[in-house]
Amino acid sequence: METPLTRNISPGKNPPDLARYEKAGGYAALRKALRMSPDDIMEEVKEANLRGRGGAGFPTAKKWSFVPMGENAPHPKYLICNADEMEPGTFKDRLLLEGDPHQLLEGMIISGYAIQADIGYIFLRWAYKLAAERLERAIGEAYRQGYLGRNILGTEYSLELHLHVSAGRYMCGEETALLNALEGKRANPRAKPPYPQVSGLWGKPTVVNNVETLCNVSHIVNHGSGWFKSLSRSGDGGTKLYGVSGRVKKPGLWELPMGTPIREILEGHAGGMRDGYRFRGLLPGGASTDFLIADHFDTAMDFDSMQAAGSRLGTGTMIILDDRTCPVGMLRNLEHFFAQESCGWCTPCWSGLSWIEQILQDLEEGEGLSSDLERLQAHARLLGPGHTFCALAPGAAEPLQSGLKYFRDDFERHVHEKRCPWR
Amino acid sequence: MLSEQERKEIEAHSRHYPDHRSACIEALKIVQRYRGWVSDEGIKDVADALQMAPAELEGVATFYNMIFRKPVGRHVILLCDSVSCWIMGGERLREHLHTRLGIGLGETSADGSFTLLPNVCLGACDHAPVMMIGDALYQDLDPARIDEILDRHAQHSLSQEEKKEKREPADGNTADP
Repeated sequence: METPLTRNISPGKNPPDLARYEKAGGYAALRKALRMSPDDIMEEVKEANLRGRGGAGFPTAKKWSFVPMGENAPHPKYLICNADEMEPGTFKDRLLLEGDPHQLLEGMIISGYAIQADIGYIFLRWAYKLAAERLERAIGEAYRQGYLGRNILGTEYSLELHLHVSAGRYMCGEETALLNALEGKRANPRAKPPYPQVSGLWGKPTVVNNVETLCNVSHIVNHGSGWFKSLSRSGDGGTKLYGVSGRVKKPGLWELPMGTPIREILEGHAGGMRDGYRFRGLLPGGASTDFLIADHFDTAMDFDSMQAAGSRLGTGTMIILDDRTCPVGMLRNLEHFFAQESCGWCTPCWSGLSWIEQILQDLEEGEGLSSDLERLQAHARLLGPGHTFCALAPGAAEPLQSGLKYFRDDFERHVHEKRCPWR
Repeated sequence: MLSEQERKEIEAHSRHYPDHRSACIEALKIVQRYRGWVSDEGIKDVADALQMAPAELEGVATFYNMIFRKPVGRHVILLCDSVSCWIMGGERLREHLHTRLGIGLGETSADGSFTLLPNVCLGACDHAPVMMIGDALYQDLDPARIDEILDRHAQHSLSQEEKKEKREPADGNTADP
């Protein structure tokens, strides 16, 4: 089984420096890409069916295709790497950033060339100190070697690249809020349209791609779209970093074919539940995805299969709920996070989430009413898609609505017993 | 007034952006690094340097979790309170920290050594529960390990009272100061 994204990564050890990265075949894809036309690269990535790894799964080449190209296109154009990994339960981009920074840079330079970007930023979350250090070093090496800066490798193409370290707020991961954050403002979302590809950073054409997405690009250019599709067990091309956290025997992160079923990841790689704990449910891709249960164990972890099962692939890092953890308490923890991180821009989000948190707290403290369940259901509907500027509120509604569905008995016990049965 | 060093660092960073106000978040972090937190004076200094209205910069400063608008202790403990750490016993650790340090969330210990803050997911969920102190990430925590880490920080504070906390780990995430 091929693992292109993690082949150079040995956790706990230093990442490859430029010399070692080149020796392992690094920057060959960039040389090849610079001999291709931007259109050809876009076509190859489209054929490869690379879908965005930040959670939404939007086809990467399609995202790029809305950027104005040609002589009359506005400049500067921007390419931004979204490295603001802050989705609770998610720890995949950290591995790529710390483990092989040049892989990300090469992916960014090629992607930048594909959309003819002039300036790139890596938008990094403040907590990833080691990643910041290693990215700074790698960027310096890439400039000195002529992979960045003016006339890359003697071609007409130039790209300036900077690291921007954020000061912490979940909202910054939302692409239009990220643009405001980069402009030195509060990270409120922007209305779409106009889409960032047309009017993004400082009103210029801008593409925002996730770390894992960009890391795939050099491998697609190197080995072709056919190879990339052959890595996958589903229609979505490539491999995927899958993670498991919670009370399993071996929590961790693995690069596996896209579309690997839940059971293989949970029972095979993560070793199943710890002794004394039984499985109750899981969030397949971070805090903002719907719960799934044991009936879904044979579902493939790819974008379409997860959606058909009533959830989302999200970031592909699953969080496990065990029988000794209260589902209502878990939801209270999740909704506290969303309520706190709401930027306050849209009323259903800032107001609704505080109410939800309050109701869940009442239930946990034995002061819940039976009508609270309907009230929570109504709130989940009000937070749904179309009522707010961005996806924070709909994301917060996902574990809530599915939690009410799968753990209804547990909610009712809180009301009837006037206490949390787990405390 | 910004110090010479603060000014130099802010100017260097401003060059990364076509609009210098983009550097305001980094500028706040620079001021915080030298002064420990961002006071009203700090807001005014940065606003003047970047030609922004102080009120506007204040809105930015209060938006971001890691800009401190109140004084903090020598070591800021950031305890993850998100879902994976919660499942893995994060609340027990919080109770332990409350008892051990005699402070609640958002408070600073009487001797000024530690400030305890809750923090959203730190992105190390396969090693939950976790916390950060300064630049170092501590994983797979239990109360005994927390005691050990805090003891070392307390000793470190005593011996190097004035020395700024320095990043130790050249590699790995679990190094101690």
